[in-house]
Amino acid sequence: MANRREFIKIAGLGLGGLALSNPAMRALTNTFLEQDSNLLTGGLARTPTYCEICFWKCAGWVSKDSDGKIWKITGNDEDQHSNGRFCPRGTGGVGMYYDEDRLKTPLIRTEERGKQVFREASWDEALDYIADKMKSIGEEYGRECTALLTHGSGGKYLGTLLKAYGSNSIAAPSYAQCRGPREVAFHMTFGEGVQSPERTDIRDTSCLVLIGSHIGENMHNGQVQELSDAIDKGASVITVDPRYSTVASKSKYWLPIKPATDLALLLAWIHVLIYEGWYDKEYVEKYTYGFEYLKTHVKNMTPEWAYGITTIEPDIIRRSAREMAEASPSVIVHPGRHVTWYGDDTQRERAIAILNALLGSWGRRGGFYMPESVEIPDWPHPPYPEIKRSWKDAFPDQFNLAYETLASGICDATIPTISKACNFKTWIVNGTNLLKTIPDQSKVIEAINALELLVVIDTMPMEITGWADVVLPECTYLERYDSIRNSPHRKPAIAIRMPASEPLYDSKPAYWIAKELSKKLGLEDYFSWGSIEEMLDWQLKQVGSSLEEMKRIGVKTFDRSYPDLYFRDGENIEFFTNTGKIELYSTALASEGFDPMPVYTPHPEPPEGFYRLIYGRAPSHTFSRTSNNVNLLDIMEENVVWVNPRIASLWLLKNGQEVYLENQDGIRSTFPVKVRVTERIRWDSVYIVHGFGHDNKKLSRAYGKGASDAELITNVMMDPIMGGTGMRGNFVTFKFEPAKKEVAS
Amino acid sequence: MRYAMAVDTKKCVGCSDCVVACQIENNVPHGYAREWVVELVDGSYPNLELEIRSERCNHCENAPCVRCCPTGASHIVEGGIVLVEHNKCIGCGACIASCPYDARYSHPKGYVDKCTFCEHRIKDGESPACVAVCPTKCLYFGDLDDPRSDVSRVIKNRKYKTLIPEAGTRPQIFFLT
Repeated sequence: MANRREFIKIAGLGLGGLALSNPAMRALTNTFLEQDSNLLTGGLARTPTYCEICFWKCAGWVSKDSDGKIWKITGNDEDQHSNGRFCPRGTGGVGMYYDEDRLKTPLIRTEERGKQVFREASWDEALDYIADKMKSIGEEYGRECTALLTHGSGGKYLGTLLKAYGSNSIAAPSYAQCRGPREVAFHMTFGEGVQSPERTDIRDTSCLVLIGSHIGENMHNGQVQELSDAIDKGASVITVDPRYSTVASKSKYWLPIKPATDLALLLAWIHVLIYEGWYDKEYVEKYTYGFEYLKTHVKNMTPEWAYGITTIEPDIIRRSAREMAEASPSVIVHPGRHVTWYGDDTQRERAIAILNALLGSWGRRGGFYMPESVEIPDWPHPPYPEIKRSWKDAFPDQFNLAYETLASGICDATIPTISKACNFKTWIVNGTNLLKTIPDQSKVIEAINALELLVVIDTMPMEITGWADVVLPECTYLERYDSIRNSPHRKPAIAIRMPASEPLYDSKPAYWIAKELSKKLGLEDYFSWGSIEEMLDWQLKQVGSSLEEMKRIGVKTFDRSYPDLYFRDGENIEFFTNTGKIELYSTALASEGFDPMPVYTPHPEPPEGFYRLIYGRAPSHTFSRTSNNVNLLDIMEENVVWVNPRIASLWLLKNGQEVYLENQDGIRSTFPVKVRVTERIRWDSVYIVHGFGHDNKKLSRAYGKGASDAELITNVMMDPIMGGTGMRGNFVTFKFEPAKKEVAS
Repeated sequence: MRYAMAVDTKKCVGCSDCVVACQIENNVPHGYAREWVVELVDGSYPNLELEIRSERCNHCENAPCVRCCPTGASHIVEGGIVLVEHNKCIGCGACIASCPYDARYSHPKGYVDKCTFCEHRIKDGESPACVAVCPTKCLYFGDLDDPRSDVSRVIKNRKYKTLIPEAGTRPQIFFLT
């Protein structure tokens, strides 16, 4: 192991080399060498952070009690994501820090995958093990056969490592398993995506239309806050959902639609707006392309036609369309977030985008605003090596419109087949529990078994850590620095995360892991900063701040470079589409051989005795990430299955009774789940909250609590346009005993 | 001075952030709570109504818990806040039995505990932890004797109800409907 003396020398060399090649780097703060040690122990009354419990990443403050122990986390008033108010998960984030089930030390597998038999290892040994394996796999198969799957802030540094190593297959399941279709659809229509946080101007809207989106149960903080503001100001809400969601109860119109038929309703709304002449004629004339095609296309898609499909009465379809038109352009047909449902999701999102275009809401107050973010340069590094193959080569002529990497695509490409030009041999997984994220678990396991190296970097033992060859314990967000948060918003703003305490146990931040691994792989030139403080301070100084300033304020908001949040009246705008217009008729989809305008196709319906499995979020939990958090378990410790009373009486089910769910492929839930008999769900569907039913015994509180929707999603309806994995085509029935265990032969 | 709270049931989404923030702020042991969220469903599919309420001690003007307390541990302080003095409490549970709102619990350390309106915070001019954290801003707190306070303003302009008014406790939590 390198001693202190060697470490200083290595760091010194790295800096010297770069300072010569880049004059800007000469400004590097030598003073930092003196400041370093003060930053952690400087007696901060409160430490700035941004939350890592979900992707919204609210900025706040960590406070300690009189004993100097981490006590509570509260919002930063300057932060546009939280406006000084954290959601229950962020407030309960301390539970993640204090969780005694945390991963505590590096682990190396000693037996076959799937059995959790590990030995403890030192960091040096674990990183050597990984580096040696990566080198030999790289030599045998090519370095492109390494993939990074990440859904955490640390992914930034691991991504640098991967690109330096020679692969660009970096994926977050939040694309192909979540918001990908809406991003592609809005790109096809407006030439820009919706982004995160969504650019929806909810606080100033007069009418909010939600298609299956359960704002309030999904606790996307700023959005929930703005919904509340809008309700205060008298906005009307139209909610389309087979479930009487929380927000449905606050809506002027709740449309209890038959599941899987949303596209028919959207097309009927488009029909009504056009044929009743309620659309924004000036906007459509000035900014859009293909109106006449669209008019012809939806000619027969009347409310009466949609009634037979959706079970929503024609009069309600017309009246709700009128409600939107009267609010226009201060109206939002919300694109939603988790939208991978039925495999035609890009087309459904296209219909949503088209509706917004007809209502003239894109670029208008109370519709969609034009967000801005800050340009922050990366720490200078040598150019990345050229890449000969990527995940895309496994799918020739497919998914050309996917702008991001498909996590499920990497999974598919890992399963060895002669036809795929790129098989992955190494996965590095950070902050995403793939077995509960990518549908069809048996396929994910097949892929994992084809790997030669699986490294999992996480704070908690999860299902995926049980399959790892090497487990690296990451410290929680309360114990580490991370990359600067820089998300698009009404005003450009940045937020800093600083450690409020030294890492507990032998856990380390991802940036440290990436930098140390880079040394062992001979890639240290890509991480030439001496300390993370030095690097962040340099980045912050490029945008007119400093680490010292950010330590005090946590969030810094900048002026917009383009002052208008919305289009000016009559402004000429060129959109980033082929025609430079908002494309009602998509030329890009047409040239790829897809329907240029959305077409409704019926989806399979549940067979007799089966019910469509609908899943969603609870405000107190994020994915499967929080189900062991003691603060949040007090609010909700397990999920329950919502069953309509008519169905409950058919099956003689009682409230609180435990049942197993079995899907159309005979897959039965590992654990039973309690029944909640409620009028709030349609008779053709059941509903559970995602993220429960953990089967890793190392999660002492979450193990065996509730059922996992993920294991019941074996039918995947693939979106041919961008590879999204539609997950709402699964049907379940009730069983009263566990599945018979296979007898070992 | 008369402290009171209003809860806007039209805005509350039942996220329980108030409960989490209260537990952390007041070191309430895991498994216990000074606040809770109630969800009431009425009707049958698809003609439904849902009311969500964030609930806590009503800090009643005519508080049965104070009247029945044998040691004087339960008492009312300035501003009408009902408190329990832990040192004087013998944990007999009479107050728990007398409260029509089930707002009190037995702390594992042997005394009875409940919402204090975060007295320690309001002394410093802050709002109670639940009010400060609520993402939907559906909780309003303040002095009923001050017409400009948040709580006075909302109950002046909105319809509201109190819980179990027939118990005669004169509760000081108002639910905007």
